[in-house]
Amino acid sequence: MAVRDHRDRAAFAELFDYFAPRLKGFILRTGTGAAQAEEIVQEVMLTVWRKADQFDPSRAQVSAWIYQIARNRQIDMFRKESRPLPEELNQEPDTEPDASQVLGLEQEAARLKEALNNLKPEQREMIHQAYLGELTHKEISTRTGLPLGTIKSRIRLGLERLRHDLKDMR
Amino acid sequence: MTTISHHIPDSMLAAYAAGTLPAPFALVIATHVSMCSDCRASLEAHHVAGGVVLEDCAPASLSSDLKANVLDMLDQPFDDVPRPKRSGIYPGPVMEQLKGKPPRWKPLGGGVKQTILSSSDEGSARLLFIPAGQAVPDHGHNGLELTLVLQGSFSDDTGYFGTGDLEVADEDLEHIPIAGAGLPCICLAATDAPLRFNSLVPRLLQPIFRI
Repeated sequence: MAVRDHRDRAAFAELFDYFAPRLKGFILRTGTGAAQAEEIVQEVMLTVWRKADQFDPSRAQVSAWIYQIARNRQIDMFRKESRPLPEELNQEPDTEPDASQVLGLEQEAARLKEALNNLKPEQREMIHQAYLGELTHKEISTRTGLPLGTIKSRIRLGLERLRHDLKDMR
Repeated sequence: MTTISHHIPDSMLAAYAAGTLPAPFALVIATHVSMCSDCRASLEAHHVAGGVVLEDCAPASLSSDLKANVLDMLDQPFDDVPRPKRSGIYPGPVMEQLKGKPPRWKPLGGGVKQTILSSSDEGSARLLFIPAGQAVPDHGHNGLELTLVLQGSFSDDTGYFGTGDLEVADEDLEHIPIAGAGLPCICLAATDAPLRFNSLVPRLLQPIFRI
């Protein structure tokens, strides 16, 4: 938040300390070599800094946002063309995020995290594989025990609110 | 705003979030999400799950100079490439494929026209223009076919598809889509394999038109 609002280098350094090693671990797990993994970490963290003004904490979690940037970057590196991305929603400039929404989303993300951590080890491993990009859409749909329903239902409240907000924005 | 009733299957949205969908399908998903708040919300849910996995990954030690290098680069100027915007009925991701220009339609007979957006060993993506009330030749597919309505509507054996609706047709479906009355039906269609037609003439034309 401080990175977003005040271009705060100290806050960015903290974010770096928390996420950069996890990002590297995440990228290494996808089979990328160590040197290239660090190159991706560097680019992703720079993108976080540069696009901080596009981050809306009432709609997204920091980790979800960084996950998305990291996957986009990794995929673009392996393709000639950049990956098709949805249109961005226009945000009203200078609107303060609603604190209760930010908190609500955090609570739901925490519940989702807990739900995923309480899965059986095989299921948890499958979730990891799916979001690390190791499963095709066919594999995701045919492998029983991949609790996609859990993911959606745990953040149902957030989804309903998001739907409501998005309708207002149109 | 019309109500969208045919959405992206969960497994496909999760695969899109993780980046494992073939490019032609990823284009259709990005386009549908640009038109559909429900699927945008679901996609963000998958990003949250992806974020949980990211935070759950064992931290790896970084080179000693990586942080200093990144901090040094914060003030460097950078090119912010503007993303293509929607133009008329064509959402941003489609405009990106069209390189910002209107589609150049090629006739396929019977008033049906197409514009090929991409074609590779991963499959193909194209825009289809079907005059109101017109049928598209009976065809099956060797793989999956995703069809997203951008304007007008079509119906086939499986139901009615209005603007914003997404049809997911697997190789078991032999269907004859018929465009609804009113505006011509304009669709974004993607396959992960070439289409096959059941009548002779379109089959002969298939290599020529890459349909």
